[in-house]
Amino acid sequence: MIRLVPRTDTPALLQGSTPVLAVLATMLAGGLLFAIMGYDPVTAIRTIFWDPLFGPAASYSRPQLLVKAAPLILIASGLAVGFRAGIWNIGAEGQYIIGAICGAAVALAAYPAPEMWIFPAMVIAGAAGGWAWGMIPALLRNWFGASEILVSLMLVYVAQRIAAWMAFGPMKNPEGFGMPGSRNLQQYPAAANPELIVGTGAHWGVVAAVLAVLATWFLMSRHIRGFHIRAAGTAPRAARFAGVKPETLVAFCLGLSGALAGMAGLFEVAGPAGQITDKIGVGYGFTAIIVAFLGRLHPLGILLAGLLLALTYIGGELAQLTLNLPGATVQVFQGMLLFFLLGFDLLTRYRITRRIAA
Amino acid sequence: MPCARRAGTNREASMNRRNLIASVAAMTTISLALPSWAQDEPLKVGFIYVGPVSDGGWTYQHDQGRLAVEQEFGDRVETTYLENVPEGVDAERALTQLALAGNDVIYATSFGYMDAVINVAAKFPDVKFEHNTGYKRADNVGTYDGRFYEGRAVTGTIAGRMTKSNKIGYIATFPIPEVIQGINSAYIHARKVNPDVEMRVVWAYSWFDPAKEADAANALMAEGVDVILQHTNSTAPLAQLQKAGKIGFGQASDMASFAPTPRVSSVYNNWGAHYVKSVGRILDGTWKPEAIWGGIGDGIVAIGEITEAVPAEVKAEAEALRDKIAAGEYHPFTGPLNKADGSVWLAEGQTATDEDLSGMNFYVEGITAELPQ
Amino acid sequence: MIDPVALFLMLLTASTPILFAALGELVAERAGVLNLGVEGMMITGALAGFAAAYHSGNPVLGFAAAALAGALIALPFAVLTQFLLSNQVASGLALTLFGLGLAALFGKPMEGVKAPTMAPGPLGLHWIVWLGLLMVPLIWWFLNRSRAGLILRGVGENHDAAHALGYDVRRVRIAAIAFGGAMAGIGGAFISVATVLQWTEGMTAGAGWIALAIVVFSNWTAPGVLAGAWLFGGVTVLQLRLQAAGVRVPVQLLSMAPYLATIVVLVAISARQKFSRRAGSTAPGSLGQDFHALR
Repeated sequence: MIRLVPRTDTPALLQGSTPVLAVLATMLAGGLLFAIMGYDPVTAIRTIFWDPLFGPAASYSRPQLLVKAAPLILIASGLAVGFRAGIWNIGAEGQYIIGAICGAAVALAAYPAPEMWIFPAMVIAGAAGGWAWGMIPALLRNWFGASEILVSLMLVYVAQRIAAWMAFGPMKNPEGFGMPGSRNLQQYPAAANPELIVGTGAHWGVVAAVLAVLATWFLMSRHIRGFHIRAAGTAPRAARFAGVKPETLVAFCLGLSGALAGMAGLFEVAGPAGQITDKIGVGYGFTAIIVAFLGRLHPLGILLAGLLLALTYIGGELAQLTLNLPGATVQVFQGMLLFFLLGFDLLTRYRITRRIAA
Repeated sequence: MPCARRAGTNREASMNRRNLIASVAAMTTISLALPSWAQDEPLKVGFIYVGPVSDGGWTYQHDQGRLAVEQEFGDRVETTYLENVPEGVDAERALTQLALAGNDVIYATSFGYMDAVINVAAKFPDVKFEHNTGYKRADNVGTYDGRFYEGRAVTGTIAGRMTKSNKIGYIATFPIPEVIQGINSAYIHARKVNPDVEMRVVWAYSWFDPAKEADAANALMAEGVDVILQHTNSTAPLAQLQKAGKIGFGQASDMASFAPTPRVSSVYNNWGAHYVKSVGRILDGTWKPEAIWGGIGDGIVAIGEITEAVPAEVKAEAEALRDKIAAGEYHPFTGPLNKADGSVWLAEGQTATDEDLSGMNFYVEGITAELPQ
Repeated sequence: MIDPVALFLMLLTASTPILFAALGELVAERAGVLNLGVEGMMITGALAGFAAAYHSGNPVLGFAAAALAGALIALPFAVLTQFLLSNQVASGLALTLFGLGLAALFGKPMEGVKAPTMAPGPLGLHWIVWLGLLMVPLIWWFLNRSRAGLILRGVGENHDAAHALGYDVRRVRIAAIAFGGAMAGIGGAFISVATVLQWTEGMTAGAGWIALAIVVFSNWTAPGVLAGAWLFGGVTVLQLRLQAAGVRVPVQLLSMAPYLATIVVLVAISARQKFSRRAGSTAPGSLGQDFHALR
């Protein structure tokens, strides 16, 4: 009989190697799927994982990895802090949408003023919007004990409908021939979030993502609050004795992850997306949860995981283009990747031993 | 929408050209280089779709158009597509990927791709782009769209004749000019053959949501409606009509599996008619960036077979109207027509201009509901 | 005028897919499992049900196949969360992605064909609508009056205590997950086999997420789920019905109302439990937590 014994200490090698194992397993299972569907598995896997990095058009797709990964990393690094403390914000999608709306509201109100303060003000408004949307579940949990998982999820649906209302109502472009959607912020220089260095794909959101990784790494490993968060996650009762107030942590974690998600929304709406539409939420908030787990809730891991997931998106497009692989393949792939990762995760937390017959 | 004002267009295009990026420009030379030795190479034609090819509606019809191009030109062309590309963040990358893959012409098949098309086109001046339903153009960007209201005139006529309760329904998507044109056209022509007809409109706020579309159809039938026109893309309303023994029309695709009843006819987009013409012009070097807004006469808007559930004289009447529109002898928006608020829109004999239609934001007189803003 | 009886009959049909999915999720959550993969299980059921109904010509077989497929697609989730002790939130999201993608891939041959119909039941409603209504008292009875239901609730309330009493926590939870999958599958198949009669990619259009909200709204009771399904389905039906009658409705604002109501309900029951220390909430104590026998 096989049995699991919790590890007290996980070897660093194992910690780092399970995601690699998960990726390999996904390639194997994915290859099998492609073979069943009648595609050459080796070509398909190479197109998805290799070509975006080293293929013929890689000089374009490599920077695009950054563009696609930036919001995921920015959101996930905030979420991971909360997840470490056992605080489950699964409503980042809603905070992303509200951040985008609040940031865009500043730009649309200021239009067509050319002042320099507009973009910084948008960033603050975006972060504040996300923060406020994240504080709703935090306060409801602190005051009434309502589950933040469920409240934050419900608020995603509310945010989606607010976005639709904005796109068709108050924020509709007055010069848009009655079509839904706001003015395009890319075409409003004071509010735009353009590529900073030509050809790198890097916009302010990429910079913010890198800063978020560094800041959360510092927070979690060097700051007393990070210690409290880890303590609350692993040994809640002991943490309470040590004077950690759970209410403070709940507000901090949900507020932080909300603010980062809101900023991600703002950078997207002022940059790659360009405008508020009813489809401004494209699921980054949910995908970021996957990224957080894929990165083992560690800032550096999240950085890599965000890039890996971006790779599957862009590789998936290439596979559509060159192999006519159906678009849904990417979803199957990401689902499998997460399944395998979560499965292999067991190895890091438990040792597998044989039960000795008593 | 189709006949756009050109004022804003050029400004935006030039603004984006300023963003021309060195590295991308360098890469462009790959695709630039292609045509020079490409005389015997096939013309590469790329498509970007907002939904899955399997949606049975909007995207499916565009893909049928792609297949028509392959059928027509054989190995002189090579087509590829990207499906399920969301509007917004991913559109620009997808378009660039298509351009980098060496496509000589790219068809972008959703309104929300508009700004992305203009941006990418500025970076790839030698790739031709055509944007479906948009209003921005550039030196290498044309637009194309269908005059769906022409088709609605025909189905509206059938609806007006076929209703027994004198109440017809319209499942609308979003309050945008194209949809409002459809509602008005259907109503005007139903009223023309049946002065007592009433029009009920339900806004689903979705292009595709089967469960909601079914609910919308049932809500209309509960109001006494017995003929339903739909602007949404799923077959759910037809399935409900079938159960209730009432009739409707196919939309976006022919929906022939619901013929002869409840689907008594259909209005769908035959994009192949445009794609074949457009690719042909590229092949013979006569392509220009144009604002194409084609109707029944151009073959872009098709009326599906009118089934035997429709009496012969109604069928003949509808087909006569269809042929008159196709021949350009009749415009579906011909005065006298008043707006819903009672003010005069078109005087006797006057026809609507394309400018009027492309910004349409009012109901015509006789539709009592309020238009959501 | 709007006929309230006709409106109610419409509501019964419109709320059936979310009712099935939410009842299934209710049982899973009462066993302590939060499965965010409802959308993935529904779409799998929609495809499997449609394919079986089309090939056999028998809609009843379609619904049976949908239940089976829904339970099967939930298996990876069950293995991950119960044997490999993976996080339920992440595993559920993975299940949604996986189900949506897989259904889209395997649905290609089913495009454009039409499902067989079956004769309606009493009052012109589909038999599955009646089955859904019947499931409400059955599940209520199971949870509150049967011994098996008592064990299931015990597992959800406090898995360590249940384990100490000698119950197999994992087996109970896997059964609950499979049941949840089967019910979601039937709910999805109702859309493809009874409502639309065709298969299209993404046709559940977010119904699975609504089901999750309904379970919260229900305060984790079967009658509450029925009320929630009617509220969420009712708002849509009512606004469409009002529009058809020519009344202007603020659609976006109205459609967020049920979600706000759900938050209010959740806060109210949480507050009652927190301040009066009475058993106000039936929210399972171990919801979303891993169970490991050694702990």
